This record gives sequence, structure tokens and C-alpha cells, in this order.
Amino acid sequence: MKLLHYWRAMWGIIGRELWRFVTQRERFISALVRPLVWLFVFAAGFRAALGLAITPPYETYILYEVYITPGLIGMIQLFNGMQSSLSMVYDREMGSMRILMVCPLPRWFLLLSKLLAGTGVSVLQVYVFLAIAWFYDIQAPWQGYLWIMPALLLSGLMLGALGLLLSSFIKQLENFAGVMNFVIFPMFFMSTALYPLWKIKESSALLHNLALYNPFSQAVELIRFALYGQFNQQAFIFTLTAFIVFMAAAIIGYNPSKGMMMRKGGG
Amino acid sequence: MNSSIALSVQDLSFSYGGKKALDQVNFKIQPGECTVLLGPNGAGKSTLFSLITRLYDSREGRIELCGFDIKRQTLLALAKLGVVFQQTTLDMDLSVLQNLRYHTALHGMGGKQAEQRIQQELERLAMYDRRFEKVRQLNGGHRRRVEIARALLHKPSVLLLDEPTVGLDVPSRLAIVDYVHQLAAEEKLAVLWASHLIDEIYPNDHLIVLHKGQVKANGTVDDVLDATDTLTIKDAFYTLTKGEQVL
Repeated sequence: MKLLHYWRAMWGIIGRELWRFVTQRERFISALVRPLVWLFVFAAGFRAALGLAITPPYETYILYEVYITPGLIGMIQLFNGMQSSLSMVYDREMGSMRILMVCPLPRWFLLLSKLLAGTGVSVLQVYVFLAIAWFYDIQAPWQGYLWIMPALLLSGLMLGALGLLLSSFIKQLENFAGVMNFVIFPMFFMSTALYPLWKIKESSALLHNLALYNPFSQAVELIRFALYGQFNQQAFIFTLTAFIVFMAAAIIGYNPSKGMMMRKGGG
Repeated sequence: MNSSIALSVQDLSFSYGGKKALDQVNFKIQPGECTVLLGPNGAGKSTLFSLITRLYDSREGRIELCGFDIKRQTLLALAKLGVVFQQTTLDMDLSVLQNLRYHTALHGMGGKQAEQRIQQELERLAMYDRRFEKVRQLNGGHRRRVEIARALLHKPSVLLLDEPTVGLDVPSRLAIVDYVHQLAAEEKLAVLWASHLIDEIYPNDHLIVLHKGQVKANGTVDDVLDATDTLTIKDAFYTLTKGEQVL
């Protein structure tokens, strides 16, 4: 009976998030427009400027658009993870987070379910993006479209957990602009999403190290290899570890006796 | 464990940083009893509710719901609790039914049982016909009714309401006050109702006056009037809080 309770609650949370996503058309469109602009405009412009050597998982010379596609997939998940953190802050301000927190289930389970729900939404967004990219002649082997699924789940969970952790620190909705400036942009630009590591090393050793240890880089590499049917063990271990660390910290952040919740709220 | 006490708060204190929000709060609520927690804004009502619902943790003192310690037996205690928060906590873009189904899922109720409970609670509040409407389309009073229905879906023993009538027109407000009193009597539900409006207090209610984090009075309405040597709750409140006004 207890397991059934967990099962129903988890699907309740996931179902609500998916339904909200499907009905909020603007959110769906804006989530797609961002990476598409990067793909159609930025990547097309940079195609001539950036020469790419053959590096795994690619077996031949590739166009810049092909290179940045996994990075843009990562971008979708990064924004989605942060967006879910935004919605958590919003939910908390509006009170619907309270309804979740007072239901008789362990808080870690509720947060994990919320995270799974957010990840589910980001996976949907990615597949729509890949479908559009396919018509733009960015086509991976068909197995890649299957292999990418577990990679997306892990990277989505990791980035979502980071968002969750941040949401436990953010006191008010307005502070989300800070997250954009101090988390999303540095994470995205200091990663392998837009340029390969060796290229970064040519210009700065420090930047190279930052990009190497940036969990977002590892998530992008996990996705990149999976899209070509390959398993990048290092990226997998790194992303999994980052997920566990972020998730544990987020659970502590939402723990009523230890976390940041204690410093919030009114009289 | 004393199961005849629905909610017990013992020696509860809580501070935000250095500022004391609750100071040695003690009270008990029996099943079937409607307790009004009267206090001006900033008295500590919302803090108390956050502690009972375990959004915050109480380092000092103890809270028990139907004999279950909220700190050690959190899930058992929370299962006994229904809450209507001060701010609306419904999802505006979902229908009444979707909002209620979400709640039944969180409480582990299956399809048939969930539908049955939703129908029962909505019918009692004359909202069943409006179950397919989006919450955004409902007025404030109807939204509150849905929130009360939702809080009761899992058949709690204790119902907390944090100023649920704020912003409502007089008829909606009185209807909700009446309904909750009726619930307490008929369902043997223990109700804790935070308010700063004295016309929401019925003569048979249990009254707790909270001021600056301290319980200034705790008893029946008559007890409080006797203790303060006053004739009206308004005067009693004025005496107890040294000049604060209630409406």
C-alpha cells in the first residue's frame, strides 16, 4: 500500500508538470526558439570562422552546427533546470509548494519527483528540437536517438538538482536575474557546448580547466557521445557524481531543521 | 500518547534570527472543537502554522497531532492534517477537478476512491457542478470553498485554516465560517482557525489570543471574558493586547 502511495504521488506530480507545460504554449515555444536561434543564426555565422578537427565521437569533419547541437541540447536542459527552480521559488511565494510539503511523504521523495517531472519536460523539449534539427540536415544515426534518452535523463536530473539547490537559497523571485548572470551564462560559456576543449586550451589554460571541471561540460559530452551511440564513461561518472552532490545539498536545503527554509517566511 | 487530544502544542518557542516570533506557546485542541486563534498581524499566527505543518522546525517545544510527534513521526502526523493556507494554493490554470486529483494523488488515493471523495466534498460545498471550470474563472469565495474541500479529501482529524476569509465579501465569509463550525460539530473535526476578525468567533468556540508571540488567553469565550472582566471579545482583546484593535 505504501509503495502504491509513492507511485501515485510521483505520477501526480509528473502529470501536473507535463500538463502545465503542454498548456503553457508560450513556455513551449520560447524553450524552442532559444536553441533554434543559436542553431540557425549563431552557428551558421560561426561556421566559417571555426575550423574543427576530427575528435571523438565524430569520425569525419563536421560542420559547426553539428558540433554545437549537443551543446544546445544541454542549453535546453540547463534553462529548463533553472526554470524549474524559478517555478519552485514562484510556487513557494504563491504557496502551492506548501501543499506539496505538507503531504505525508518524505521530503527527499517529493523533491526527487519534482525533479523527475522537470526532467521529463526537458526531454520532450529536446526531442522536438532534434526533430527540427533533423530537417535542417543535422542527423545522427538512428540508434543515437535512443541512446540519448538515458543520457538526457541523467543530465536533466543533474541540472534540475542544481536548480533545486539554487531555489532553496533564493529568497525571492527577483533574485532569479542573478541566477541568469552568475550561473546560467558562466556555466554555458565556460563549457564544451560551443567550442571543443582543445580549442579552449589554445587560448587559456585556466579557462580550459574551468571548462573541464564544469559539470555542464560533462553533461554535454555525455549527450554528444550518446547521440552517436557511444558511452563516455568519464562524463557519465562526473555527471552522476554532480547529480548526487547537488541533490543531497538540495535535500538539506529544504530540510526544515537544517536548511535555508528556516530563514524564510513571515510572522 | 493521548488520542483524545487532536492537537497539542507544548512549550513552543521560535525565533527568526534574534527576533522571537513565538514564546512558550501552550494549548490543546479536542476533536469536535473549533478553536479560534485570534491575534493581530505579526502576532506569530503564520509562524505557528508553519511549525505545525513542519515547514519550519521547532527547536524548542513539542507539537503532536493525534498523539504523533511532528518531529519524530512526521508522516503519520501530517496524514492527520488538512490545511487551508492564507494565500491561495490552487493552480489557476488547472480545473477544480485537476487540482483536487493532484491532492488525492499526493495522499495516495486511487482513482475510484479519489473520485468518490472529490464528489462528496464538492457536493457538500455546492461546487460539484463547477468541477470542470478552471480555478481562474472562480471568484474568491468559490476558490476558498475548493481549498476547504481539498483540505478534507483525505479525511484529516485536524483542520488548520490560516485567515481563510481574508479578502472575501461578507456573505462568502459568513458562509465559510458557518460551514467550518458545522464541520467541527458533525465530523468531530478539530479546527484551528487563525483570524483577526471577531465576528468569526462563535459563543461556544475555544479562543486563544496570541500577541507578540505569547498566548495571552486560552479558554472558552466566557472564560476569556471572565478573566479580563469584559463584556465583549473586542474589549477583552483590547485589554489583553494593551491597546491593539480587532475588527
